[in-house]
Amino acid sequence: MSKKDNKHTESNDILDEKIFSTLNLGPTHPATHGIFQNVLKMDGEVIHEATSTIGYIHRAFEKIAERRPYAQITPLTDRLNYCSAPINNLGWHMAVEKLLGAKIPKRAEYHRVIIMELSRIADHIICNSVIGVDTGAMTGFLYIFQWREKIYEIFEDICGARLTTNIGRIGGFDQEWKKETWDKIHAFIKEFPAALQEFTNLLERNRIFMDRTIGCGPISAEKALSYGFTGPNLRATGIDYDVRVMNPYCSYEDFTFTVPVGTQGDTFDRFMVRQHEMWQSLEIIKQAINKMPEGAMHADLPEFFLPPKEQVYNNMEALIYHFKIVMGETDIPKGEIYHCIEAGNGELGFYLISDGGRTPYRLHFRRPCFIYYQAYAEMVKGIMLSDAIITMSSMNVIAGELDA
Amino acid sequence: MELLNIVNEKLNAQFPGAVLTAEMLYDFPVFVISKDKIHDVLKFLKEDEALNFHFLTDLTGMQTPDEKQLGVIYHLHNMPKNYRIRVKTFMDINKPEIPTVTNLWLTANWMERETYDFFGVKFLGHPNLKRILNVDEMNIFPLRKEYPMEDQTREDKDDTMFGR
Repeated sequence: MSKKDNKHTESNDILDEKIFSTLNLGPTHPATHGIFQNVLKMDGEVIHEATSTIGYIHRAFEKIAERRPYAQITPLTDRLNYCSAPINNLGWHMAVEKLLGAKIPKRAEYHRVIIMELSRIADHIICNSVIGVDTGAMTGFLYIFQWREKIYEIFEDICGARLTTNIGRIGGFDQEWKKETWDKIHAFIKEFPAALQEFTNLLERNRIFMDRTIGCGPISAEKALSYGFTGPNLRATGIDYDVRVMNPYCSYEDFTFTVPVGTQGDTFDRFMVRQHEMWQSLEIIKQAINKMPEGAMHADLPEFFLPPKEQVYNNMEALIYHFKIVMGETDIPKGEIYHCIEAGNGELGFYLISDGGRTPYRLHFRRPCFIYYQAYAEMVKGIMLSDAIITMSSMNVIAGELDA
Repeated sequence: MELLNIVNEKLNAQFPGAVLTAEMLYDFPVFVISKDKIHDVLKFLKEDEALNFHFLTDLTGMQTPDEKQLGVIYHLHNMPKNYRIRVKTFMDINKPEIPTVTNLWLTANWMERETYDFFGVKFLGHPNLKRILNVDEMNIFPLRKEYPMEDQTREDKDDTMFGR
């Protein structure tokens, strides 16, 4: 590169050109699991400076949402964090219910908790097993990944889709879950702990894995707070902030669970926090099943809840509701809310302004990935390239959530 | 309600006339602050010992329905006490300039870039104010209401009955 073309060589340029080389990591790179570009200024194998470029799969969700009826925004939320789509779906439903002031039956809320915790497990399975793969441990990934498949089978039973689920309805669920679904859930709870234990034995006290991850890509608690970290990445630095505990939603206050925290905020701590969260999620699911209350599966919201077909054909009122829901003609009261939930990666927020029409006036997603990924450039400064790869895996940056 | 009064009293004592409105919207106390005081107010909210809103949850923009003003919305959080408030400020759409808060919270960096990208709010003093999600060559601010989502010159699509 000639001196003229290189922007970085304005000061102490002779030294610069000798030592540093520029490396493009991404936009499509097999090691980054998604579309991320980082322009790295390298000193041999050590990263001297990183610049992140994002937006490669930006799909203008906030603009699209301004034209869509509320029920049709749920599929957009699927495509934010597609590793745990049900959490986003249900979070959006809860945001709309908050705006409507709807009272959701406990039974529906407990069902939601089961789904959300299952998808949290699926999310953490992906993240943790992929940290293993990036450090060269393929075995753990192969053992545990079939359990994500089993979770997806449960989702498929409930809503018909696996990855982009569009699960549930505004107000609750369309029907009771089938017996086969419950059988699958019970089988999962019974058999998954052994598999997770096996995965734990493979990695948690594995000397090679520990040497590779401890002290890799750390961030201090102060920095993490200033950078807006939430979720497992913040908890790995030692701050016990969990939306489920701080601002309980969806009956989370009924369940007993602990919030695991780390100490140093490095890759190993992030891994361990996610490991322990999987155990806690299992506990929450067990409690939800044991305490499952009787009652209806959905709130009394006829304007959002498709009536049964025999009523649509025989009853004028039901037919009108059916038409209004399908065509998205339901007006929502005026209001302005912020609703946040604990998604797989942290606090997922929905800031919604309604002007009383059929679509939102303004909808903003607070996407945890977008907010904490900006710390990446600073976290990888001065570490090796291979460590930067596992730092990114352990932060669980999901391209869909990053770019909206 | 309690939090609304506490913050309102403190702000009125410290910055007379800066709080334009203060109300509860659902579970959030919402304050509209005049534009020239916004940075001082946010700095005070962050550094005051009792309030200590140390965490910037969210920063985003909006446009008022009359299309004459742009708003910037800050969601602040005090984690130990679990206080959450929303602070808003509005400015003229022809001169959308507002001081940056990147010196208070590092996380404001990309949030402000996103707000600039979509609404064209210029954050004065921002270290690197350029587009973040859209391409650099774009010459509009797409979330403003004057830009409809679909190309209005299209003729291949008949939307007379149900389209909008």
